[in-house]
Amino acid sequence: MTIPIPAVSAPLEVVPDDSVTMAEPSAPPGGEGRSPGRLAWRRFKRDRTGVVSAYVVLFFFVVAICAPLIAKVYGKNPYTTYGQNDPSLLNDFGFPVKPNGGISSHFWFGIEPQLGRDVFTFLIYGIRNSLLIATATTLLVTVLGIVVGITVGYLGGRTDYLIGRVIDILLAFPSTLFFIAFWPVLISIMVSPEENTPVWLTVVSLISVMTAFGWAPIARLLRGEVLALREREFVEASKVTGASPARIIFKELLPNLWTPILIQATLALPMFVTTEAALAFLGVGLSDPTPDWGVMIQNGAKYYESDITFMLFPGLSMVIFVIAFNLLGDSVRDALDPKTKR
Amino acid sequence: MFRFLVRRILGAVVILLIISAITFLLFYVAPRDPARLACGKTCTPQTLALVRRNLGIADPLPVQYWHWLQALFTGRDYASFGRCPAPCLGYSFHYHEPVLGLILNRFPTTLSLALGSAVVFVLFGVGAGMLAAVKQGRTVDKVASSASLIGSSLQIYIVGLVAMYYLVDQWHILSRPQDIPLTQDPMGWFKGLLLPWFILALIFTANYTRMTRSQLVEALSEDYVRTARAKGLSRRAVFFRFAWRGAMGPLLTIFGLDLGGLFGGAIITEATFGLHGIGALSVDAVNNNDLPMLLGVTLVAAGAIVVLNIVVDALYAFIDPRVRLA
Repeated sequence: MTIPIPAVSAPLEVVPDDSVTMAEPSAPPGGEGRSPGRLAWRRFKRDRTGVVSAYVVLFFFVVAICAPLIAKVYGKNPYTTYGQNDPSLLNDFGFPVKPNGGISSHFWFGIEPQLGRDVFTFLIYGIRNSLLIATATTLLVTVLGIVVGITVGYLGGRTDYLIGRVIDILLAFPSTLFFIAFWPVLISIMVSPEENTPVWLTVVSLISVMTAFGWAPIARLLRGEVLALREREFVEASKVTGASPARIIFKELLPNLWTPILIQATLALPMFVTTEAALAFLGVGLSDPTPDWGVMIQNGAKYYESDITFMLFPGLSMVIFVIAFNLLGDSVRDALDPKTKR
Repeated sequence: MFRFLVRRILGAVVILLIISAITFLLFYVAPRDPARLACGKTCTPQTLALVRRNLGIADPLPVQYWHWLQALFTGRDYASFGRCPAPCLGYSFHYHEPVLGLILNRFPTTLSLALGSAVVFVLFGVGAGMLAAVKQGRTVDKVASSASLIGSSLQIYIVGLVAMYYLVDQWHILSRPQDIPLTQDPMGWFKGLLLPWFILALIFTANYTRMTRSQLVEALSEDYVRTARAKGLSRRAVFFRFAWRGAMGPLLTIFGLDLGGLFGGAIITEATFGLHGIGALSVDAVNNNDLPMLLGVTLVAAGAIVVLNIVVDALYAFIDPRVRLA
């Protein structure tokens, strides 16, 4: 969690040697000057909720990254139908013989009804896939939002007006509906209706649909920030010295925008995790043999009346992840932007 | 007021035209074989040929769009399939029926779901937000704030199913969600929708608590509120007649958007509880590759948002005298 340091405040810390009597305004009482990034980091470390949720979020990402390793140590994979290979695991109705979804020392989180797959490995691989999609979407949305927002805000005029209307229209679309409605169209552009869609194509199309309709809020926010920033003296000064627009955007404006960008990105990631899961739950997007949080919840929904265990593992883990990430987002905002009241 | 409304309605028509053109382009032009998609999953070569002829795929694009627009006002004949009467949004080759009729059939369910949960989330969300703003920094405020954060992190498809398992299957407190028409059996309607209302409202409640609180906190620190207090008005009068009135505007705007969104179908809630509203219709349309239906549902949903936006903007002026309609 290193936070890029806004360059503007750096000159304040250079105090001439002979001005002993002059108070140093930016230095905290602790002694040596600290950059805003360090100050935010100190504030963040003091926020206990934030630190705990950061560990929880980190734990999920470590599990996601190490999923193949964990599965190897654990000795199972998410695809083998253990229940069907070993008739003692499932009863005649296809449900686990042991109580609570067949939890045992061999199957930590139990086994799935009917197919008899291992719930634990399916879950960690599901977390892996969901987080991969959500992270990729967040990165793309953020980059697109930054590029559009800053360019439009800095250029202003007709470009601003046009893109502004595009953003308005995008925000007027009912997003969930549009995700599910546009997805089959996108798939049909890439694959003919008679063929089966490969998994990677599903992933790519999911990411592109969510990106296409997800960049508007962040672009709008950054546009507003840039509108205020571009009138400031330091931008004018660099304009006077003959800096190119690209230099002004990347060297002058961008360093001042990391705070809103970081806050928006931390809020966006859990949103994309839940959006992707909701789509899978509705039967749009990733589907069964591919492990995924939403696919698991959809499977759990089939059996929840007989045994809610299969619903609880993916459901609870997702709720914990999203709550932790939202708390983390709040703490990041408090640390970076202590003036805003919640 | 009249001029304002006329201008806003004209603007809305333009936006709807743009949205319809974009959706039309996306749905009928982008796919490799729109006729094959429009024909649906159960498609024989004969029907495919018919669909192709009926959609006029061979015509140039603007002509296709023009025919589609024309159908809105004059209706359109789909040869052997049948006639689609005047406000024709398209013809579903999957159901063999005009799209609009199918959507209108589902509308009562969606409307009941949306309005019922709106009552719940406005009551609880705004109430909790008011309480939190008045008792700023006290325990009530902290509880409301953290509850709203947790609430906004919950997902309908998880909480809904868990609630259904415990409240309906295990403890038999509530009856199984179902959509009984209000006109047929008011009590059954109420019982059948109670759980979906509360679960759907859960997520909105959290947002409204947060927004109400922050709007009110801001309004309470405004100069006009201080003036009202200095005049010696009672706390109640200051709160409701001044602070609340100032805070209400932005809330109303969001409420309009949310309600508009809900009129387009609460997709996930309907799927979770097995209700047959517009949301379920659109999910079915995706699974059946029913392109005309998707286009129709998207337009109706976008239209609901645009229309409610106008209503809200007009109401805004009544509430907040600082807003000029011009």
